[in-house]
Amino acid sequence: MWEHIRLQIARYRPEQEPETTVDEYEVPCPKDWVVLDGLNHVKDRIDGTLSYRWSCRMGICGSCGMTVNGEPKLTCATFLADYAPGPVRVEPLRNFPVIRDLIVDIGDFMQKLVRVKPWIVRQAEKPLTEGEYRQTPDELDEYKQFSMCINCMLCYAACPIYALDPKFIGPAVIALAQRYNLDNRDEGAADRMSVLSEHEGIWGCTFVGECTKVCPKHVDPAGAIQRYKLTAAVESMKSFFMPRGA
Amino acid sequence: MNRSHVYTDYHPRWLRRPVSTYWWLEKPAYFAFILRESSCVFVSWFVVYLLLLIAAVSDGPTSYTRFIEWSSTPWVLTLNIVSLAFMIYHAITFFVAAPRAMVVHIGRRRVPEQMVLAGHYLAWAAASAVVSWLLLRDR
Repeated sequence: MWEHIRLQIARYRPEQEPETTVDEYEVPCPKDWVVLDGLNHVKDRIDGTLSYRWSCRMGICGSCGMTVNGEPKLTCATFLADYAPGPVRVEPLRNFPVIRDLIVDIGDFMQKLVRVKPWIVRQAEKPLTEGEYRQTPDELDEYKQFSMCINCMLCYAACPIYALDPKFIGPAVIALAQRYNLDNRDEGAADRMSVLSEHEGIWGCTFVGECTKVCPKHVDPAGAIQRYKLTAAVESMKSFFMPRGA
Repeated sequence: MNRSHVYTDYHPRWLRRPVSTYWWLEKPAYFAFILRESSCVFVSWFVVYLLLLIAAVSDGPTSYTRFIEWSSTPWVLTLNIVSLAFMIYHAITFFVAAPRAMVVHIGRRRVPEQMVLAGHYLAWAAASAVVSWLLLRDR
């Protein structure tokens, strides 16, 4: 087993330099240390100026997504020992502007996310006296997979379409829209369709499929997008042949 | 207001990394994707080839014989073999995508993805069998 491993960390200090530089640090490499532990070790013991986002350490909050040896990863779920003898290259998530070191601006994603209304939309709420909205296990299974998304944006970092056309609404947003579209308590599918069926919505996707491969929660955004393409095509055919009925 | 991704209002110092022209060489998966997308060129070649065949047949037996001779020249043969390979790759990648786009329910039960995939391959086999029968029945 390797006792230490070298971390090559991309640094961007906008007040000092116009480009990214790489700093190298040696950190301990016990078998239960993840990349995030290595970064915390650097921050606490070696260089306090290193900036990065993290919170839960257990793959729930979606804050610590970074590029590890060229692949988008949650650094809290990526073990250093798997990269021994190293070095391990840690860079900010691709396809987002870098604010500092490993921190990227996620404003673009947040603005797109609210456009698809990722919450349960009701045309009219039923009165409290009628009780809760009930759901069977089968109805839950229809959307459960998509509800596992933690907004970590690894799928955006893996998507070459988003890299080339930043207006593309992106994998996670579409998967989250599907999470609510497929929920039988929801009535907002028509509202979401106007956003999703735009040119930069589902039709921007050419099904590279990398979003699904990098997803740490097995959400399968690529599947969600292809499935919605079929839904949108059927809906548009319906409105063409049955302009009044649809 | 400038809405371009290369400039974010009030944040001129954010670092925006340009995408390389050769991004599709960075990962095998990206390269496979580009191969799949470029297979459409070969699909369109087969359409042109079919139209040429129809034109040759409608012009009479000599024209048809000339077309067959032209088709057996090495470069047309090579082009058609390469096109066939791309067509098969195109079909297989399409079939891989199909079960994820088509979620089929029978009653309240969801049909497993493998069944949908198998259905596609069976339909392919059936179509191939019909075409083979049409072509080979008189021989």
